Amino acid sequence: MDPQTAGWALVVALFLPLAGAGLLALIPARLDQQIRRAAVVITGVSFALVAAITAAFDFGDAGTLQFVTDVSWISAIDANFHVAIDGISLPLFFLTYLLTFLCAIYTLSNLPAPGKPKGFLGLMLLLQTGMAGTFVAFDLILFFIFWELVLVPMFFMIGMWGGPRREYASVKFFLYTLFASIFMLVAFLAIYFQAGAETWSIPELSAAAGVGGTTFQTWAFLGIFFGFAVKVPMWPFHTWLPDAHTEAPTVGSVLLAGVLLKMGTYGFIRIALPILPEGAMRFAPMIGVLAVIGIIYGSLCCLAQTDVKRLIAFSSVGHMGFVMLGIAAMNEAGIQAALFGNIAHGVITGMLFFLAGSMHERYHTREIGVIGGGMLVKMPKYGVLLTYVAVASLGLPGLAGFWGEFAAMWAAISPGGDLGDAYGGLYLGLVIFAAIGTVLTAGYFLWLLQRVNLGQPPARWADEPLDDVLRIEWVSWVPLLLLILALGVFPRLVFGVQDAAVTNLMSFVTG
Amino acid sequence: MLIDWVAIAPEIALTITALIVLGADLSLRGEAKQLVNPLAVVGTLVAIGFTLYLWGDERSTFAGQFVINDYAVLFKLLFLGSLLAILGISWRFFAEGRYFQGEYYFLLLTSFIGMLLLPSARDLILLFIALETVSIPAFVMAGLRKRDLYSSEAAMKFFLIGVLSVALMLFGMSMVYGFTGTTELAGIAEAVGEGESVPLLLASVMLIFVGFGFKISAVPFHFWAPDTYAGSPMPVAAMLAVASKAAGFAGLIAVAFIAFEPLADVWAPVLGVLAIVTMTVGNLFALQQRDVIRLLAYSSVAQAGYILVPFGLAQSGHLAVNDAAIQAVLFYLVAYAVMNIGAFGVAIAVNRRTGMRSISDYAGLSQRSPLLALAFTTFLISLGGAPPTVGLWAKYWILRAVAVDITPFGIALAVFLIINSVIAFFYYLRVIRTMWMDDAPAGLPALQPGFNLSVVVVVLMFGTVLLGVLPGLAGNFADVVTLAGG
Repeated sequence: MDPQTAGWALVVALFLPLAGAGLLALIPARLDQQIRRAAVVITGVSFALVAAITAAFDFGDAGTLQFVTDVSWISAIDANFHVAIDGISLPLFFLTYLLTFLCAIYTLSNLPAPGKPKGFLGLMLLLQTGMAGTFVAFDLILFFIFWELVLVPMFFMIGMWGGPRREYASVKFFLYTLFASIFMLVAFLAIYFQAGAETWSIPELSAAAGVGGTTFQTWAFLGIFFGFAVKVPMWPFHTWLPDAHTEAPTVGSVLLAGVLLKMGTYGFIRIALPILPEGAMRFAPMIGVLAVIGIIYGSLCCLAQTDVKRLIAFSSVGHMGFVMLGIAAMNEAGIQAALFGNIAHGVITGMLFFLAGSMHERYHTREIGVIGGGMLVKMPKYGVLLTYVAVASLGLPGLAGFWGEFAAMWAAISPGGDLGDAYGGLYLGLVIFAAIGTVLTAGYFLWLLQRVNLGQPPARWADEPLDDVLRIEWVSWVPLLLLILALGVFPRLVFGVQDAAVTNLMSFVTG
Repeated sequence: MLIDWVAIAPEIALTITALIVLGADLSLRGEAKQLVNPLAVVGTLVAIGFTLYLWGDERSTFAGQFVINDYAVLFKLLFLGSLLAILGISWRFFAEGRYFQGEYYFLLLTSFIGMLLLPSARDLILLFIALETVSIPAFVMAGLRKRDLYSSEAAMKFFLIGVLSVALMLFGMSMVYGFTGTTELAGIAEAVGEGESVPLLLASVMLIFVGFGFKISAVPFHFWAPDTYAGSPMPVAAMLAVASKAAGFAGLIAVAFIAFEPLADVWAPVLGVLAIVTMTVGNLFALQQRDVIRLLAYSSVAQAGYILVPFGLAQSGHLAVNDAAIQAVLFYLVAYAVMNIGAFGVAIAVNRRTGMRSISDYAGLSQRSPLLALAFTTFLISLGGAPPTVGLWAKYWILRAVAVDITPFGIALAVFLIINSVIAFFYYLRVIRTMWMDDAPAGLPALQPGFNLSVVVVVLMFGTVLLGVLPGLAGNFADVVTLAGG
């Protein structure tokens, strides 16, 4: 495949899951196992295609768009079907296909009530197209459509296969995100009409080095900020997340944490920063403050949680705070850190949700107090995995979680543009508080490990036959476990890919 | 005076069909009476054929009172398409109910003749007659189940409020004639543009808007809508909620953007506030409903509020804004027809035999009939405005009209639109949840939607999604709107 001409490969990879969902619909519902296997094949083929795209990707030229398709879509409003991939999109795009593939494998043996793999996997494939499309769309309208497309399948996933409070959680998720995203659409429209841009093309708008005046950019950024901030989610717009994460089925949580949240930070980096650089500069200190509040607040909430899954959900608020701190730094190192943090959080927290799901399968509860410790004795392999992923999540050097957090703080010490002169003291304060946040993070994860892993299993579990890690779980987890180590040891795996693209992007922002 | 017969061919075709239907009903006996439905379908298809022939044509007859251009043709196609769909969802309902099939189809066709006239009318008198032709058969149709008290109440309410508002409208028209000395829309625009705006003239404009406000069930003229929808035979409710409402908007566009365009700075804020009140009240009341038809009724009140938003953006002499506003209304009406007739179609399929129409009847619909559940979900998501459905684009066109020239009032309208979209989704999602996430009560009879209704629902469902992916298929309205004044 030649990355300059093989635009078709990206389009096929993008719509293969959608076609697969249509295919699943044709299989009779009683063929339970066949449906699950078909989904593994569909996601597997898609993943293989994306792996091939990655292999063919010209890493030496990661700053320019490759695998481009740009054709007229809705001529009445000048919207184009413009998809492509560059160094910023590639890691997220790859992660989307990897996680969905692993989720399909995991579903071979695990599917919460009421079963119905056909509906579940069909929705997952629809979700996959929506998520993947967001990362490769280079037209604002197309981006918006893919962005909104994820709402409906995720609503059904949480609402039908979720926990006891699924109805509340699913509606809250849907309405909250929908509300915010329409403001984003209004901001897009304002960019098109008010700023006289007359194009939806993200590369063209970025190259225009800022549309409209400073006042316009401030208002437009506010609209876009709201749309993305809810998705990230930034404090204080995070309240949908603990509910959605806790109630969602395991696969839903994995995709929610692994991919969906990244759409928000990706949107900031891809759209808000380069198109509205002046607005972004004005908002950056505020974003930084909200990010650090999120870090501290998320960690404190984690300390108070009694439900493992809810604890992991709140830890996402903290981790995404580090990602947003990187963005608020407004320099190359900060953006690099944010994108790396994205990937690392996707892999680690996705894996943590897999583990939490399996814990619930075995204990039928996620209450820390009820589980009561002794997992290392009861299920040694499982206990080791939990320890490994938890210390990765708290940012142990050598594992994936470290680089995003460390680099974000490092970048925020010397923020880009004029921010260093105007807000140098503020940013220093932010870094200090973020550092305190890392300590708190370590604190709640270690405390969690102490309470569930160490000690002797309480009497009620002592004679219970609990399976250690099953074969199907090994298959779906090993790639993530290896990635956590690989990204920790060779962070260049991601940093290197993004480098040229980030340099390119920041040249639009800081001029 | 020479009459351009080709220009009025669709109306003539429908008139002849209506007469044939009435005659056939007289001469046919028993089961054979069902044949009037296919007869009406054939007549509608003929009318569609004539209308398509007129596409791209510019004609004018009756001394300029009646015009044909792409704008009018588009509206006629919208009406005839809705008619076809309503005929499809009517068959089983009336054939099984065995009441007044001939009368129903005759009245339905007559009402649609009035609708076909509306977008072509360029004279207040013709507008008024067309509007009455739409309304009067509808009064009768609402009361067709005459042994049913609710149906009688529905018709009575509809009739009384309808007649009152039409009287006000006629009063306004007479005063406008007094001020301007003409009933032609273009002539009125000229006279209004030259003279200064006298308070009494503004008052009479408002009176005319009241008449249309009733037709489109804008708050505070909406009180008839929920009761009438709930009491009428369900296909009639679909017709009132979609086609009759679209007809009201066709008339409102003509009056607002042709005759009173010079006064836009006065009426736009009024209609804008009306839009805000209408969508908010409609949605808040819809939240409380337990009956699906009443829920759809209040939701259609709210939808009328959305469609009024572009009117609130109008500015006198600002062509770009007004064009964008009319485009938004047109697209919304097309989208609204597709998704709302579909929603009523599903409601008929589910509730035709059951007297109750509670939302809880829809529990587990996904198990009883996955196709109907999927279709209803699609229509509701589209009414709310999420992808991949046409409803998203309908909202998009309105927001686009807001963005063409951003004003504080425009932003206020957009904010209310957004807040209301979220409120609306709350009750749409509740129905969706009931269908997919609750279990069906045991012992329910199997659903038999019938062939015609299934075809209509499936076609509309595919239409909703197809237009959601390729909204360009609904036609390029940019060329159409400039002709609205023609």
